[in-house]
Amino acid sequence: MTIAPDRPAAEVGTARRRKEDARLITGRTLWTENVTLPGMLHIAILRSPFAHARITRVDVEPALREPGVVAAFSGRDVADVQGSLPCAWPVTEDIVLPDRPAVAVDEVRFAGEPVAVVVARSRAAAVDALAAVDVDYEPLPVVLDLEAALAEGAPLVHADKGTNKTYTWVFDSAQAGTGGAVEAALADAEVVIRRRYRQQRLVPAFMEPRSVVVDPTGDQVTVWTSTQIPHILRFLLAAVTGTPEHKIRVIAPDVGGGFGGKLAFTPEEMIAFLAAKRVGKPVKYTESRTDSIASAHHGRDMIQDIELAARRDGTVLGLKVNLLANMGAYLGLVGPGVPLLGAFMYNAIYKFPAYRFECSGVFTNTTLTDAYRGAGRPEATYAIERIMDELAVELGLDPIEVRRRNWIGHEEFPFTTVCGLSYDSGDYAAATDRAKELFGYDDLRREQAERRERGDPVQLGIGVSTYTEMCGLAPSRVLGSLRFGAGGWESAAIRMLPTGKVEVVTGTSPHGQGHETAWSQIVADQLGVAFEDIEVLHGDTRSAYKGLDTYGSRSLAVGGIALVNACQKVVEKARPVAAHMLECDVEDLEWSGGQFRVRGVPEGGRSLADCALAVFAAHDLPDGMEPNLDADAVYDPVNFSFPHGTHLCAAEVDTETGRVTLRGYVAVDDVGRVVNPLIVEGQVHGGVVQGISQALFEEAVYDGDGNLLSSTFADYTLPSAADLPDLVTDRTETPAPGHPLGTKGVGEAGTIAATPAVVNAIVDALRPRGVNDIQMPCTPERVWRAAHSQGGAS
Amino acid sequence: MTRISITVDGVRYDDDVEPRTLLVHHLREQLGKIGTVVGCDTSNCGACTVLLSGHAVKSCSVLAVQADGQDVLTIEGLSGPDRGLHPVQQAFHQRHALQCGFCTPGMIMTAVDLLSENPDPSDAEIREGLEGNLCRCTGYQNIVSAVRDAATALRGGTVPLPEEEPELAIDAEEPDPQRAQAAAAAIAEKVSP
Repeated sequence: MTIAPDRPAAEVGTARRRKEDARLITGRTLWTENVTLPGMLHIAILRSPFAHARITRVDVEPALREPGVVAAFSGRDVADVQGSLPCAWPVTEDIVLPDRPAVAVDEVRFAGEPVAVVVARSRAAAVDALAAVDVDYEPLPVVLDLEAALAEGAPLVHADKGTNKTYTWVFDSAQAGTGGAVEAALADAEVVIRRRYRQQRLVPAFMEPRSVVVDPTGDQVTVWTSTQIPHILRFLLAAVTGTPEHKIRVIAPDVGGGFGGKLAFTPEEMIAFLAAKRVGKPVKYTESRTDSIASAHHGRDMIQDIELAARRDGTVLGLKVNLLANMGAYLGLVGPGVPLLGAFMYNAIYKFPAYRFECSGVFTNTTLTDAYRGAGRPEATYAIERIMDELAVELGLDPIEVRRRNWIGHEEFPFTTVCGLSYDSGDYAAATDRAKELFGYDDLRREQAERRERGDPVQLGIGVSTYTEMCGLAPSRVLGSLRFGAGGWESAAIRMLPTGKVEVVTGTSPHGQGHETAWSQIVADQLGVAFEDIEVLHGDTRSAYKGLDTYGSRSLAVGGIALVNACQKVVEKARPVAAHMLECDVEDLEWSGGQFRVRGVPEGGRSLADCALAVFAAHDLPDGMEPNLDADAVYDPVNFSFPHGTHLCAAEVDTETGRVTLRGYVAVDDVGRVVNPLIVEGQVHGGVVQGISQALFEEAVYDGDGNLLSSTFADYTLPSAADLPDLVTDRTETPAPGHPLGTKGVGEAGTIAATPAVVNAIVDALRPRGVNDIQMPCTPERVWRAAHSQGGAS
Repeated sequence: MTRISITVDGVRYDDDVEPRTLLVHHLREQLGKIGTVVGCDTSNCGACTVLLSGHAVKSCSVLAVQADGQDVLTIEGLSGPDRGLHPVQQAFHQRHALQCGFCTPGMIMTAVDLLSENPDPSDAEIREGLEGNLCRCTGYQNIVSAVRDAATALRGGTVPLPEEEPELAIDAEEPDPQRAQAAAAAIAEKVSP
C-alpha cells in the first residue's frame, strides 16, 4: 500500500491550521454543558463526606418538598436497576471484582461517592435541595496506605471479599520463554541496584468538567456526554441497563480534554440515565470542579520496587519489578490493566536478557484510579530511567553512555524484547545525538562541573530520559490474551456526496487532538479532494456507528489505516465508472493526481467528483453496477507501534531555597511519519508539560481520614504559563513499517519521557550532596530537605 | 429578585436576577452566552474570563448585580461577520495555541486585556499576564507565541507567518548538518544564562 500512487502527498506532512479552531476560538462550541432541551431538568448529587461508612438511613422525602424538586432517589431506591458499573479488564482469572454501584446502597467506600440524587427544575434548585436529604452514616475504619492495606488485620474496603488485594499479575521472561531467569541474573551480577520509587497520585484535570445530558423522549434514548468513548459507552449502557443497544444513541460532542480521565463509564452517566428514565424528561448533570477532582478517576499511585542486575561494564543482566498499584475503592473500566500496559515497558529501549514483573492491585478507601495519559507506561519509564541513572553513578559512567551500552541498535530492528514484544523500528542513537546537539550537552556538563567546583549555591543538574512506548492500541488477539474485554480494531467510512464533497466517518473520538484536520489531510491526498471539501464526522453513534474510540495513542496509528483502506475502496469502486465515462477498459485506466485518465492521455481525466455525480444520477453506469461509491473499512492492527525519543532537561536547583528552575528542555521524538507537524508539536508540548508537572507540582493528597485535601485547583496545583519554560522540540522520523502512512502515535510520548528527565536533573544537581532520590512532586520543601539531609534521600 | 441592565456584546439586556447569581451563570443561563464556560468553582482556572467595562474579570467571581450598568464583552462578541476575527483569535489559530479549546475563550479574553495594557510584552510578561488562566493541553508555549504575534499585529506590524513545520522534520537516515548547527546555535543562545 502506498499513498495515492504517483501523486505527491500534498496535504500529509504540512502544518495545516486546524478546522476545529473556527468554532473553538469564537465561542460556538457544542460542549455537553451547552446542550439545552425543552423541558430539561437538572441533577444534583449528594456525595459521601466519609471515606468509609455504613449508610444506616437515607431519607430523600424532605428534598422532595423543596421548591422545584421533581424527583429524588437514594441508592436503595435504584438498587434493583442500577446494576454494577463494569470493569472491562479483569486481568486475572481469580481477580477480586466487587460490585460498583453508581449510587452507594449500604456502604460508602471513598469520600465523594454518590449517595443520593435530586432532580429539579433548575441546577440551583437541585443543589439547594441536597441540604434537605437526610443521611445517617456509621463511620468505619479507613485504609489508605498501600502497604497497610495488605497488612494482617487491615480494615477491609470490601468486607465480603476478605482481602484488599484484588489481583496479582506476574510476567516472568524465563516462564514465558522470552528471556532468562532474573534470580540467576541477580546472583551473577557484579552490581545490583535496588530502589523504591513512588508514583504519586495524580488528577487528569481535563479543563472541561464532565457533563452528561440524557433525553429519554425519543425512540432512542439520547445520551450526550463528555467522554472519550461514545461507542464503548453505548455498548456498556446496553449491557448494564438492559436497554437494547439499538435504542441508545450516544453523542460525544465537543469534548474538552480527556487524558484518559474520560475513558470511563461514570456513575454520573448511569445516574443521569436512571434519572431520565424515572422522570421521563431530559436531564442534565454537570460536575463542579471540586466534585470532579474528588470523584472522577485518578491516575498513577504506585509503589515500585526495582532491582537492576548489571556487569561493571554497564551491561544490564536483568530487571526485577515488584509493584503495588492503588486501585482505590473500586475497579474502574480499565484500571486493573493500567499496570500491565507498563509491564511490557520496564525494559524500555534496552536489550535486557532477563525480566520479572509482579504487580498486585490493592483496594483502599480512595477515589478509584484508572487511565491517565500514558497509563502504566510513564510509571515504567520513570522507574527504569531513574535507576539507569543510578547505575551510571555507581559505575562512574555518563548517563547517556550507560544507556547506549544497553539500547537496541538501529540495525537490530525488528527486535523482540524480553517481554516478547516485537519493536518495529527506531533509531535511538539518532534521536539522542540530535537531542545532545540541540541541548548543548557537553557545554552544560562543563558548566555543571564549574559550578560544583566553586560551590555555587545554585547547582545545575542535567536529566536524561530515553523512552519508547507501545501505542496504537491494539491487536485484538493480544488484548484478548491479556483478558481485556474488547478488541483493538478501528473503523472508517467514506461517503461520496453527489457534488463531490466527502463525508468521512471515523470511529475514533477526538477531544482536542485535531482529528478533523488530520483526517481531512489524509483523505485529501487519498481521494484527490480539496481539504476544505471534506467533513469529518465522529462521536455520534447515529453517524459513526462503529468504533473503539480514542485512547492509548491509537487514533491515527490504527484508525488512520482504516481510513486509508476505506479511501482505496472508494477509488476501486469509482474505477469502472470512470472507465465507462472515458469509454476505455478498466485496465487502460490510471489513477493519479486525483484523476482517472486513459493511460498515456494526459487530457480529459475524470475526478472522483465526476464519478460521484455520475453515480448519483445513475443514468449511465456500467451494466449491473450498484450506484454507490461509499466504502468502509475496519482495521485490526497486527502489532503495536513503538515511538521513541530522547529528552534532556537542565534544571537549576537553589540549594538555599529548594527552588527548581528549568533552564532548558529539549525533546527529540520519533513518532514515525507525521501527518501534521503542528499538531504533533502541540501534542509534545502538552505531553511534556504534564510530565514536568508530575515531577514538580501535582499530587492528590488525602488526610488520615481519607478526605481529599487537594480538591480544588487552589490546592491541586496545575502549572500556569508562568511556571514553565520554553521547550525545544525536534523530531527524527523512522517510519512505522507496514503502516501505509508510516505513523506511530504521539499522544502520550511527552508525558512518558518528561517526568524522569526532570527528576533526574534535580537529583543530578544534588548528587554531590549525596542525594540519590527525591519524592515527587519535587516541591521546594522536599528539594531543600534533600539538599540538607545527611545521606540525601528525602 | 433584582433588576439589572447589562450590555453584552453590544446588546442591552434588562433582567431580574437572584442577587446570588454569578455573572457567568447569568451570561450562560439567562442570556444564552454559552461561549463563556465554567471550568472550576474556586476562580482558579480563568476559563470564564470576560471583559467587564474593558477589563478582564473571571465572571465566576463577579455577581451579576455587580455588572449592572456596565458593558460586558465575551468571546462571542470579539469577532463578527462585519469585522472578522480579532487579531488574538487569528493568532491563536495560526499558532495552534489551542487543542481541546475549553480554556480558549478565557485565555483569549485575558490576552486581549493584557495587550491593551501592555502592547509590547516580553515573553516573560506574557507568561505572567496569563498566570490566572489554566490550560491542560498546550503546555502554553504556542499560546505565548500567539499572544506575541497578536501584539505585533495590534501594533500595526506584520506578523511573519509561522515557520512551516515540515522544515523541522529531519530524517534519521539523512541528517542535515547545516540546519542542525543553526538550530543548535539558536538553542545555545536560549539555554545560556
